[in-house]
Amino acid sequence: MERVPILKIGSILLVSIQVDMSDQTAVQLQEDLAERIVATGAHGVLIDITALDIVDSFVGRMLSTIASISKVLDAETVVVGMRPAVAITLVELGLSLNGIRTALNVERGMELIAAARDDDQDLDEDEDDAGPDGGPATETTASR
Amino acid sequence: MTVGVDLGQPQTQEVRADEDVVRVRQLVRAVAVAVKLSLVDQTKLVTAASELARNTLVYGGGGTVDVMTADNGRRRGVRIVFADSGPGIADLDLALTDGYTTGGGLGLGLSGARRLVDEFEIDTAAGQGTRITVTKWSR
Repeated sequence: MERVPILKIGSILLVSIQVDMSDQTAVQLQEDLAERIVATGAHGVLIDITALDIVDSFVGRMLSTIASISKVLDAETVVVGMRPAVAITLVELGLSLNGIRTALNVERGMELIAAARDDDQDLDEDEDDAGPDGGPATETTASR
Repeated sequence: MTVGVDLGQPQTQEVRADEDVVRVRQLVRAVAVAVKLSLVDQTKLVTAASELARNTLVYGGGGTVDVMTADNGRRRGVRIVFADSGPGIADLDLALTDGYTTGGGLGLGLSGARRLVDEFEIDTAAGQGTRITVTKWSR
């Protein structure tokens, strides 16, 4: 089984999917990403799907699940580089990619993650006593 | 896989494992390119094939996928037949409803695939296996 590499750039994890993934590879990526988010303390996940010539319901669901997992682990997910034909097909298929933020390219995706982080920090400013590594700072209302 | 597709006769791909679904996508893509479907139509057809091949594997317990060219005198197209000898589909109307699933997926496989192709035929009954034929025509 092929494995999709995960790169760390600053506090962002970058995943560029370059292979036609089998379902198993997609599930593996989901698990690998969750582990890497926790291990690195990353606050953003950027998934580049420029090379994907289709996104079917399985991969679509994987992207949604990754976004949800990241959110629970205090990281923002942005999917970038969707091809126009893929977007048209996804909509017709009936897939809504719940909870996924998208951007046209990697650069804009990084800006989006940085902006989301700034918003969170503004809201968090008064509660910084929570301790640096004292478990997840529970945040019930801040993120959107 | 993308070159040297013999368009003269149907190409058969067994679907027994996860990787076979990937092979089905590649085969369908190659034939769709050879028949000169537009990029959007290629994408729709390959996506539909991916959904249906996964169904063949997951619900049908495996089977075969035949990919062939079609010609109706005016237009060329790609026809794909997904066949399994699994449990079949007892309630077809229900199975074709958006969001209905027995397998924990999103329930978009059958209904979504049908929207992505031009022709969609399904032949199934409880205990009789399932045979789905789809066709996409060039514009």
